[in-house]
Amino acid sequence: MIESLTLLLVCQLAGEVIVGLFRLPIPGPVLGMVFLFAGLLVRGGVPQAMQTTAGTLLSHFSLLFVPAGVGVMLHLGRLEDAWLAIGVALIASTLVAVAVTALAMLGLERLAGRRGSPEGGPS
Amino acid sequence: MRPVGELWVYLAANPLLHLTLTLLAYLIGYRIYRRFGMNPLLNPVVIAIVILVSLLVATGTSYERFFEGAQFVHFLLGPATVALAIPLYNQFDRVRKSAGPLLAAVVLGSLAASLSAVAIAALLGAGPEIVASIAPKSVTTPIAMGIAEQLGGLPSLTAVLVILTGVAGAMLGPPLLNLLRVRDWRARGLAIGVAAHGIGTARAMQVNEVAGAFSGLAMGLNALATAILLPLVWSWLF
Repeated sequence: MIESLTLLLVCQLAGEVIVGLFRLPIPGPVLGMVFLFAGLLVRGGVPQAMQTTAGTLLSHFSLLFVPAGVGVMLHLGRLEDAWLAIGVALIASTLVAVAVTALAMLGLERLAGRRGSPEGGPS
Repeated sequence: MRPVGELWVYLAANPLLHLTLTLLAYLIGYRIYRRFGMNPLLNPVVIAIVILVSLLVATGTSYERFFEGAQFVHFLLGPATVALAIPLYNQFDRVRKSAGPLLAAVVLGSLAASLSAVAIAALLGAGPEIVASIAPKSVTTPIAMGIAEQLGGLPSLTAVLVILTGVAGAMLGPPLLNLLRVRDWRARGLAIGVAAHGIGTARAMQVNEVAGAFSGLAMGLNALATAILLPLVWSWLF
């Protein structure tokens, strides 16, 4: 547990340092994810302890967005002023993005000759 | 016994109170979400935010005071993002098989998300500051704030719009995908990750590991694609 957590933090720190040094347009933790992923490829497997720690952290990933989400209270005034434009733009564009991405992936895959294998889905 | 008022002053200044409240509010949200068969419309993040904002407003507590306690939860967002490498590694064979369509779909989705948001907000009369703040709203928070600043938006407003987008995507994305008859877990995860970053990924992860892995990957690729493409497109448009 402690070893896995330390490794996650080391990857994040390495990501933050590289992003800061080269002013890269991606967040440090995302680069940290790339580093950990590369490490797993080299090692050729995920250690059991890491699998458990990551599983624990990720099973309640959504909890981690709550503190930032409560920040909504700082902008209630501004949101109230332009709520219609903001609300419609957010919801419609999110639906557009979901539809475009999913249909583009399936359509392009079909064009490319169905190399990927479709994976079940909710019944 | 101490007077209750004095105890409140002590507790309100202690990070323990708001850390505990954050976890309790989430657990209540999560219970409700589970009770109703993980219905995406009952997103636990939304329920927790509503409970906490109501409590803070009712007790006159500032967001800064709340965050002193909640920051311990917020901090874990970094290591948890790094940990997304594990589901990605577990699903790597599936990812590699459709790398081309996957990358193209992320780029198209990234442009669709930001340009449709900008067009709709501008058409409905939102000011230039709000339009610029809304443009990167499908991207994970830290990078969205950076892009907004570059485009002349308000980074702190963008942070809120990013969360609202994530919530909208996690709530409305799955029903839309059902409507479109997209059953493939890979395409479902990818779409939710592009449109609704980490909050969408959190939901995908709870439902299916394949969807979770594709969603986490889409979130990272979308951050990269939007950070590179959006400022370019912006300079042509304005």
